[in-house]
Amino acid sequence: MDVLFHNVRELVDRANSEQKLISEIMIEQEMLITGRSREEIMAQMDRNLTVMEEAVEKGLKGVRSTSGLTGGDAVLLQAYMKKGNTLSGELMLDAVSKAVATNEVNAAMGTICATPTAGSAGVVPGTLFAVKNKLNPTREQMIRYLFNAGAFGFVVANNASISGAAGGCQAEVGSAAGMAAAAIVEMAGGTPEQSSTAFAITLKNMLGLVCDPVAGLVEVPCVKRNAMGASNSLVAADMALAGVTSRIPCDEVIDAMYKIGQTMPTALKETAQGGLAATPTGKWLEAKIFGGAVVTSGN
Amino acid sequence: MKFKSVFDIIGPVMIGPSSSHTAGAARIGRVARDLFGKQPTWAKIHLYGSFAETYKGHGTDVAIIGGLLDYDTFDERIKTAFEDAEKLGLTFEFIPETANTEHPNTARIVIGDGQQEMSMVGISIGGGKTEITELNGFPLRLSGNLAAILVVHEDRSGCIANVANCLAKYDINIGHMEVSRKEKGNMALMVIEVDQTVDEQILEEIGKLPNITQVTRIAD
Repeated sequence: MDVLFHNVRELVDRANSEQKLISEIMIEQEMLITGRSREEIMAQMDRNLTVMEEAVEKGLKGVRSTSGLTGGDAVLLQAYMKKGNTLSGELMLDAVSKAVATNEVNAAMGTICATPTAGSAGVVPGTLFAVKNKLNPTREQMIRYLFNAGAFGFVVANNASISGAAGGCQAEVGSAAGMAAAAIVEMAGGTPEQSSTAFAITLKNMLGLVCDPVAGLVEVPCVKRNAMGASNSLVAADMALAGVTSRIPCDEVIDAMYKIGQTMPTALKETAQGGLAATPTGKWLEAKIFGGAVVTSGN
Repeated sequence: MKFKSVFDIIGPVMIGPSSSHTAGAARIGRVARDLFGKQPTWAKIHLYGSFAETYKGHGTDVAIIGGLLDYDTFDERIKTAFEDAEKLGLTFEFIPETANTEHPNTARIVIGDGQQEMSMVGISIGGGKTEITELNGFPLRLSGNLAAILVVHEDRSGCIANVANCLAKYDINIGHMEVSRKEKGNMALMVIEVDQTVDEQILEEIGKLPNITQVTRIAD
């Protein structure tokens, strides 16, 4: 069975020629591939959206991980925001705090929806629930946000990678941020081409980002990388909506990301052997959390 | 195309912290449980690459045990899988390996219950998506996108035709099929990915065909 698009160019061209939103192309492809009805597919995405809402809510109340490395920052950010003196703007910090909230819940082994992965699960919902306050979308538009993001993630996952172990953090938070940027553009009324541009601008600025989790935990620096992923996507969406274009086409940026991931040393691909994980403090934290034991064994 | 559904990208709904190392690991464990057909009483789990380096931090170990106990990726009980395993009489051991594997997130799960033993290799390819690459020494590739049936059989002529005929009789379409054997005339394995649901009755019927040793179904 063939798919409706293999890359971003085909996705945008199809949306343009059929006068449809990118989210609509993704929904139609899902119907084609799975043979399920539109209602079923929309309902499943609606449930995923609810999981995201609940995770953000939980994180904004304050959670802490077992290791104690992360938790509570979403609360700090919201409190700071409410004082009204933010430098980067309320919507920006709202997105950042909600992205952080999601990843703090994830680190605490709470329930989340992977977008596209768990380690990068904060960016898409964080931006969605912040932009929501500005654009007042319907529930359907919020669900469409996830289908638009999913369409771009689909291309990256098949043509490059969304795995930190295979491609570094650029493949996870980089992809998530690009997906969010594209979805923000559609929700704000931008064109399919502008969605593609927003994705390209975002990913270009996250190329080379390594996956170097301290003690192998999805906490440091993952939670804060989601914060920066969210801010990157908002800026890129604004740039694309302003009419700025990307000199390097979206698909070529994705291909560059893939090739960078392939040549990235293993120590920087989710093995906790390089980067921040290998700093004196990173090593000290690892020893503090796990001690010297290597093999776990059941009774 | 490895990723076929939008819900591979926006999903799965899962217990944190890692889609590849927690959700994917739980899925690999659960497929092993499915293939074994019952709860094992012991498990030896060999971890390779990034799985070996970071399994404790990602809860890969509790997730695989959770999967062996038949927990789904979003099952809150994954957190207490070690304690639950003890209560349910499953002893286990994790062995981090240094050998290089084709994929960085690889696990070899060897399970048994005193009567039977099974060995399976699973890889976690990102976003919670997994593939099973080996079963009892047979190389195989299951996409996990379609329901699949696995048929262990004697390497004799007519076996494959009989199974295909049985599926055809019930209007079940084969999407992908692989046959492998260790040596000529010995034990062989058919992996059949199908578009429709194969119910118990059909599995039983296939099991009664000549030279068929075992039939297992894996849901998508």
